[in-house]
Amino acid sequence: MKVLVPVKRVIDYNVKVRVKPDQSGVDLANVKMSMDPFDEIAVEEAVRLKEKGSATEIVVVSIGPSQAQETIRTALAMGADRGILIQHDAVVEPLAVAKLLKGVVAEEQPGLVVMGKQAIDDDNNATGQMLAALLDWPQATFASKVELTGEGANVTREVDGGLQTLSVKLPAIVTTDLRLNEPRYASLPNIMKAKKKPIDVKSPADYGVDPTPRHTVLKVTEPAKRQAGIKVESAADLVMKLRNEAGVL
Amino acid sequence: MAVLVVADHDNQALRDTTLKTVAAAQSLSNEIDVLVLGHGAESAAQAAAKIAGVRKVLLAEGEPLGRMIAEAVEAVIVPLMAGYDALLVPSTSAGKNFAPRVAAKLDVMQLSDVVQVVDAETFVRPIYAGNALETVRSSDAKKVITVRPTAFKAVAGEGGSAPVERLSASAEAPGTRFVNEEMVVSDRPELGAAKIVVSGGRALGSAEEFRAVIEPLADKIGAAVGASRAAVDAGYAPNDYQVGQTGKVVAPDLYIAVGISGAIQHLAGMKDSKVIVAINKDADAPIFQVADYGWVADYKTAIPALMEELGKSGK
Ligand SMILES: Cc1cc2nc3c(=O)[nH]c(=O)nc-3n(C[C@H](O)[C@H](O)[C@H](O)COP(=O)(O)OP(=O)(O)OC[C@H]3O[C@@H](n4cnc5c(N)ncnc54)[C@H](O)[C@@H]3O)c2cc1C
Ligand SMILES: Nc1ncnc2c1ncn2[C@@H]1O[C@H](COP(=O)(O)O)[C@@H](O)[C@H]1O
Repeated sequence: MKVLVPVKRVIDYNVKVRVKPDQSGVDLANVKMSMDPFDEIAVEEAVRLKEKGSATEIVVVSIGPSQAQETIRTALAMGADRGILIQHDAVVEPLAVAKLLKGVVAEEQPGLVVMGKQAIDDDNNATGQMLAALLDWPQATFASKVELTGEGANVTREVDGGLQTLSVKLPAIVTTDLRLNEPRYASLPNIMKAKKKPIDVKSPADYGVDPTPRHTVLKVTEPAKRQAGIKVESAADLVMKLRNEAGVL
Repeated sequence: MAVLVVADHDNQALRDTTLKTVAAAQSLSNEIDVLVLGHGAESAAQAAAKIAGVRKVLLAEGEPLGRMIAEAVEAVIVPLMAGYDALLVPSTSAGKNFAPRVAAKLDVMQLSDVVQVVDAETFVRPIYAGNALETVRSSDAKKVITVRPTAFKAVAGEGGSAPVERLSASAEAPGTRFVNEEMVVSDRPELGAAKIVVSGGRALGSAEEFRAVIEPLADKIGAAVGASRAAVDAGYAPNDYQVGQTGKVVAPDLYIAVGISGAIQHLAGMKDSKVIVAINKDADAPIFQVADYGWVADYKTAIPALMEELGKSGK
């Protein structure tokens, strides 16, 4: 079974985001970029399926600027087999990403698509669900455990209130949550090997998809900042202040 | 314009999130219908009929809908959308699961986690873990919106008398079967709706310690329990307790963070709380930058002292 893993290049999760003074967006100049952490978990899951013999080939795909090749290389160093870059320099929204991925699925015919639940830049949490809808495939989002069962997969999902387990028929879309696994670091030899793995470069037009955004960003602003308050020295002081000053107890 | 709101409920009663999503809908239109999906959800539909300002309640029932299986929910909502200009869904785990499916079927780019309605085309939403707010105008003919409930003030759940219409639409999910669920059973208030939240972090060190320290404090002041990702990852607390960018977003009157450093991903889920208390032994922990009341202390001595102090005054 072939597994497809979409990976997005995003601002590194450790970077402190700065809003540009002209309110046109956030400052991405000279900022560290990485693979979306949820996508790292997706790649790891696919590699484990391959190590267990359930997956035969792992194809990673990224939609973004030419630098997204680096993100693809990271996935290849973790153990994916080959990459596809659908190069586009402007913003591509989840709906357009899903349409492009639908095109990739038509070409590659994977039995399973594993992807992140959320890109930590736009925080949409939408692409996997959209892809599932466009393909009319079952979806199991926010996965904390995936077990292949031959014809299908049992997926445990992190939901409000606890955990829900669904059984989905393959092909299906799984989106990853934080507890699914702990992604490995690529070893130096694997990083070297990854340099020789193939990456196909395509364009949105190759899939007949118009990537023009449906949303126009009018402005990006900084949220109201909280002021640091005061320090308390004792339980009595804290309880008194919460009762009398803040009125919340 | 006509707007459809999907209710969040437990079959018996509506959750607060529904009333807050109706509030968001009211900034768009006066023609608001509420869709109740479930299995044995008649009481929830009756409750929805009482919401002030609701025009009509639609009720669709079936086993997959009782589990909020995304494919089944999509099958009910997509045909209904012929009669609506916007769909508003609370940003719960269920809402986040099905709303983008509906959006894709309608060829619409979803507006995720909206915190402000500017006008019928223009919305504000947080990006980058809430470190920035983007104001976007959607060019789509229909809007599919998930609403961040903490950003809206609940409408009155009483005073209305809308008719309830039962839908006979089919709701199948042929590729998906519910297997089981493991829900956290607790008498505490729900994390998303609680007036007070006590959260514990990595400092607690074990599940036993989390239970022995955080839970009694929460129970003493009628609070819900939350946790940082580190505490959940380490198994000190169930996944459902995670507060943050990729967990639950809460905005209680009082948020007490115990042994939590205050990473941006955690702050994203609680920085809109009215009053924040931080208890941390490191005076430089970033959590103190957002705390109204900071207490530099070891939780091992601070929490027992706090329990005693709260006990003294009869609370
Ligand atoms: C993709 C992604 C998504 C994430 N999503 C979330 C999310 O939704 N929610 C979230 O919380 N995190 C999230 N994180 C993780 C986040 O970056 C932090 O790692 C996490 O919040 C740290 O948890 P913590 O504060 O409990 O642990 P730490 O950062 O280790 O802090 C522990 C704190 O306890 C204090 N301490 C230690 N001992 C004591 C003591 N005896 N008494 C008092 N204080 C003590 C220490 O001084 C320290 O400040 C995410 C990360 C990524 C990459
Ligand atoms: N430009 C992209 N290229 C590849 N994968 C993407 C892209 N955008 C989103 N995805 C995938 O969709 C997931 C959810 O993203 P989002 O819906 O934007 O929060 C990500 O974790 C990725 O797996």
